[in-house]
This record gives sequence, structure tokens and C-alpha cells, in this order.
Amino acid sequence: MADQGEVKLLKTWSSLFGLRVVWALKLKGIPYESVDEDLTNKSDLLLQYNPVHTKVPVLIHNGKSICESLVILEYIDETWSQNPPRLLPRDPIQRASARFWAKFMDEKQALPSMWQAFTKEGREQEEGVASIAENLKLLEAELEGKKFLGGEEIGIPDFALGWLVNLVPVFEEILGLKIVDEERHPSLSEWSRRISDIPVIEESWPPRDKLVTKWAAIRDHFLATARASSG
Amino acid sequence: MANELILLDTWVSPFGMRVRIALREKGIKFEYKEEDLTNKSDLLLKMNPIHKKIPVLIHNGKPVRESGIIVQYVDEVWHDKAPLLPSEPYPRAQARFWADFVDKKIYDTGRKIWTTKGDEQKSATEEFIGYLKTLEAELGAKPYFGGEKLGYVDVTMIPFYSWFHAYEVSGNFSIESNCPKLMAWAKRCMQHESVSKTLPDPKKVYEFILQLKKRLGIE
Repeated sequence: MADQGEVKLLKTWSSLFGLRVVWALKLKGIPYESVDEDLTNKSDLLLQYNPVHTKVPVLIHNGKSICESLVILEYIDETWSQNPPRLLPRDPIQRASARFWAKFMDEKQALPSMWQAFTKEGREQEEGVASIAENLKLLEAELEGKKFLGGEEIGIPDFALGWLVNLVPVFEEILGLKIVDEERHPSLSEWSRRISDIPVIEESWPPRDKLVTKWAAIRDHFLATARASSG
Repeated sequence: MANELILLDTWVSPFGMRVRIALREKGIKFEYKEEDLTNKSDLLLKMNPIHKKIPVLIHNGKPVRESGIIVQYVDEVWHDKAPLLPSEPYPRAQARFWADFVDKKIYDTGRKIWTTKGDEQKSATEEFIGYLKTLEAELGAKPYFGGEKLGYVDVTMIPFYSWFHAYEVSGNFSIESNCPKLMAWAKRCMQHESVSKTLPDPKKVYEFILQLKKRLGIE
């Protein structure tokens, strides 16, 4: 095992992006120091090491910072390439596909549509929910016949999607809606169970009741703001 | 097996330009197919059913999608010719970070400049210049973002140079006077044939935007 030097991770207790990095570090057996930030009162450390975005997560390795969760995951995979598991496949076409699905989760619709369904009401919420349903169909198709999004082994696209397992039940509880169900999403449901069975992942979930409290407050805040501005 | 490369693209797309520049830098032959995005080809719909977007690189029948992912793919497969990403993990991470910055900030803010007016446009213009200045600071005294040679971040950002004129006229501002170092960098990049052969005439890009605005019903 390579001498890993000093590894520090800046995150928050609930950050889904930070959780991805925790999983990668733990699965690869890389010791690290964890610092939970208060984003309403950003530390000097955060401002110094991520001056461009001032966001978490930030990985600080031997005093040098790496920002943006997917960039961090690739950095970890390349730096600790001797530590299993490999987070990206070797074959270039499969690597490109893994990167595509990781990006899909974050950017195209997956998280943003969840956000829309969660922070709006009425027709805008319905649109968000419809968009989520579309995305879940695509994911379901992609997962069919596979153990993980990356194939036989867990990898970066699974980490990118992992938030679904923990956070969707929280959203379902707050919204009173079913988003993922066994009947429409058998492959996704099985994948979720497989992910949750991994000890490192299971033990890293933020506490559910704290998440419900936090997200319910976020939804209330957005709805109140929207109602106030619509008069 | 012969390498068959087909690129589905449009002449004006900065995302497609990235791929063309990467392929040309490496001297890789490819077949270019111009897509009409108002009438997408069966090939495009088959190769990118999820997003139905260009660019798509089809390598021996297998599709690679998303411009940044395509450029990394090309760099990995043809790694011995004009490498674009550094070989060490930390500088690679920095290159990916800055390419991600360009991806998140430049296109969308630029789009606001030519699709809005008044205060909204003014604030988009200010935001845009702010991002360009951040890039200038990152460039520093280096000739390229990649250091001594064209690299991943250069290839990611330089296509927008062909859109600068369109942004400037729409927003009534000068990028040159706000960001002279970045303009110097752009002109340096344009000395590479891979770039000058790929980037379209900025005036044509502006005309394209005017027509697009009409089609979208934007004043």
C-alpha cells in the first residue's frame, strides 16, 4: 500500500456529496480525518481550500486540496490504485459509460428534478415528480441484469446514485408520495438493498430522524418563500 | 481492426468543437456528420437515446457521449499522441476541476447574455466577466492552462472564443478590455491548426444566434 500521507475530508453531517467520498475512502481502507462544516459559518479551512466554490466536500491530501465530489473520487481511485475496489473500469468504453451515468445523476435531471419535486407544490411539483419518474425508468433499464451500475463491482456511478437509497425514503415520508417501488423498479430496489448491505455504506448513513427534520424544514422554508412572493 | 470514428455534431456547438480539436491535435482521422437538431437523425437517436444530444463519438460502432467524457476517452485511447491530461493524479484532478468549472459556468451564463435584456442581462454579463477573470487568475503566467502545451482545460474552454463576439454584441460589452490576458491566451490557441480549423467565424456564430432567437421567439 502506498504511503498515503495526511488525508482530511471537509464535509457536513448530511452532505450526500461528502458521503460519496467517505464511502470511497472507507472501502479502499484509507485512513482520514473528517471535519464537519457548518455551512452557515464557513471555516477558514474551507475558504482557504475551496476558494472558487466554497463548498463541500473538499479532500485535502498532504496539504493540497481537491474539490468537486466526482473529481475527488477519480483522484482517490488514481492515487490509491493499488487498493481495491477499482472505482472505474479499465476498459475505456466502460469508463466513459461509468462517467456518463455518474454525470447523469448529478447534472442532467436526477438531482435537480428531485429538488423541484421537493421544494415546490402544485403543478411545478407534479412536473418534478414526472421528471423523476422518467429518470427512474432510465435507471431501471440501465440496472437490469447488473449487480451494480458499474457492472460486477461497485464503482463511481453507484456512489453518485447512492443518495437515493438513504434520502428517497426521507422525501417519501415528508411528501407523502411513493417515488421508488418494488413493482415499477425491481432492479433499482434490488440494487438499493445490495448497496445497503455493504457495511461501510450502511454505517455511514446520516441519522434518519435528523434528516427528516432537516429536509422538512427546508421544504417549509421554500414553500413559505414562494407563497410570500406570490402574495 | 480498422478504427472507424464517426462524430455526430453541429458546426456551431462549442461542445462538439472540443472533440474535433482533441481529435485533430492527435492527428486522428474521423468522419464528421453534421446533425440538424430540428430533425435529428436515426443514428443520433439510436446512439444517444437518453439525451438525444450532440456531440456523440461512435468508435467502431460504440457510442461515447458528453463532450468532456469524449475528450477524456480520446485521450485515454490515443494516449501516446499529444496527451491532453497530465499523467499525475493531482494535476489531473486540477484539470478536471477547471474543466468542470467551465462546464458549469460559461455556457449557461453566456446563454443568459443573449437571451435576456435589461437588468437580467447586465447581471449575467457581470457574472460572466467574473468567471472569465477567475479563469485568468488560474491561467496566471502560463501560456496555456495545460502549462507549456494545449491541455484538457484549454480544449474545454477555447471553443467559447468563437462565441465571444456574439456575447459582446448581445451584451454590449468588451471581453478584450475586461480580460486581456484571456484574449491573449485565446489568440495563442488559435495558432494551433487543430483550433483554427475547428472554430467557426465568430460573425457566423452571431448570425446563428440571431436566427435561433427568432426561432425561439426571443426578442
